Amino acid sequence: MGGMHGMGAIQYEHDEPVFHARWEARVYALTRALRFADKNGNIDASRHAIEQLPPADYLRMSYYEKWLARAEAQARKLAADSAASKNPVLKADMVSSMIAKGSSARRDVSIKPAFAAGERVRARNINPPGHTRLPRYARGKLGRIARDHGVFVFPDTRAHFQGDKPQHVYSVRFDARELWGSQANPRDGVYVDLWEDYLEQA
Amino acid sequence: MSHEHQAVPPDLTLRVKALESLLVEKGLVDPAALDVLIDTYEHKVGPRNGARVVARAWVDPAFKQRLLSNGTAAIAELGYGGSQGEDMVVVENTPQVHNLVVCTLCSCYPWPVLGLPPVWYKSAPYRSRSVIDPRGVLREFGIEPGGDVEVRVWDSTAEVRYLVLPERPAGSEKLSEDELARLVTRDSMIGVAKVKLP
Repeated sequence: MGGMHGMGAIQYEHDEPVFHARWEARVYALTRALRFADKNGNIDASRHAIEQLPPADYLRMSYYEKWLARAEAQARKLAADSAASKNPVLKADMVSSMIAKGSSARRDVSIKPAFAAGERVRARNINPPGHTRLPRYARGKLGRIARDHGVFVFPDTRAHFQGDKPQHVYSVRFDARELWGSQANPRDGVYVDLWEDYLEQA
Repeated sequence: MSHEHQAVPPDLTLRVKALESLLVEKGLVDPAALDVLIDTYEHKVGPRNGARVVARAWVDPAFKQRLLSNGTAAIAELGYGGSQGEDMVVVENTPQVHNLVVCTLCSCYPWPVLGLPPVWYKSAPYRSRSVIDPRGVLREFGIEPGGDVEVRVWDSTAEVRYLVLPERPAGSEKLSEDELARLVTRDSMIGVAKVKLP
């Protein structure tokens, strides 16, 4: 939704609690426990599940309501899977090591980058029906490689269980005026992290 | 319960209880692990971690150098890392450059140093406007970078998580690292506030 108008003023809450109700805390924790138990799942598929909510529901529902809808769907899937009883279960004494270990999408493989810092690139004008992390506002726009973050799993394929397709991710700077026209400040810029498959030579 | 003619949405608390009961019964979830997860993000992981990173960078130029060149490794020196902070980049505010972090796609945020994101960060108004009108957003938060300042917006569209290293406030020269850490707010590390002396 980057660049859309009409979403209203930012509602700031002072001294905001981490969770606004116990059910939010439980949904957060359940989601992480389910991710641990669901060895066939991945974070990209999980994000895609949220994106597949009907747009009107997506805008109406609170953040953790969306998480709840996803957790319920995932639970139904696991409950229907007779092999799920063999899945690992997150125990209390495993939580801190799970958090500390994290789950990096970085892949330690040597792949020659197609672009170098300073190079001009164009974000491809692609409009896939499935999961993608190329924001609409950057499609077709000219930018410059600011830095190469290294090699990461490609969400567009992993979200659909079509493989990791590891590739370089770059921080690409788009001048604000390239994105938004003359209304934008000429000094300003937006840095977007983009996978190599999202980019072409300019 | 009829699903076809449900006028009132089912109570969220009840739905969550039902979900948890089902998963515990199926042996897929251990409720004690949920308690530990919640306690971790309510009491242990939060913006106080990020504030310690910032204060260290302000008092230790060599650390600051490492922080800006390899954020993940430098942050790990203070013992922070893991989930949603596996690959960190730290961007420095200066008199010439103001950095602002957003995730227009959803809610990506550096959990190990800032904790879980506030509601406004995940909200449609912030996600939609921060890229097209960052100066308007900053004005709403009460800061107005001058015309000679470059505003850089970092859209967290991949797996890299961003932390803003705010400017050290003038007049803080005599403060200790601990005292400095107490000045650093969550908002200053997202880039929607400056650090001020009390």
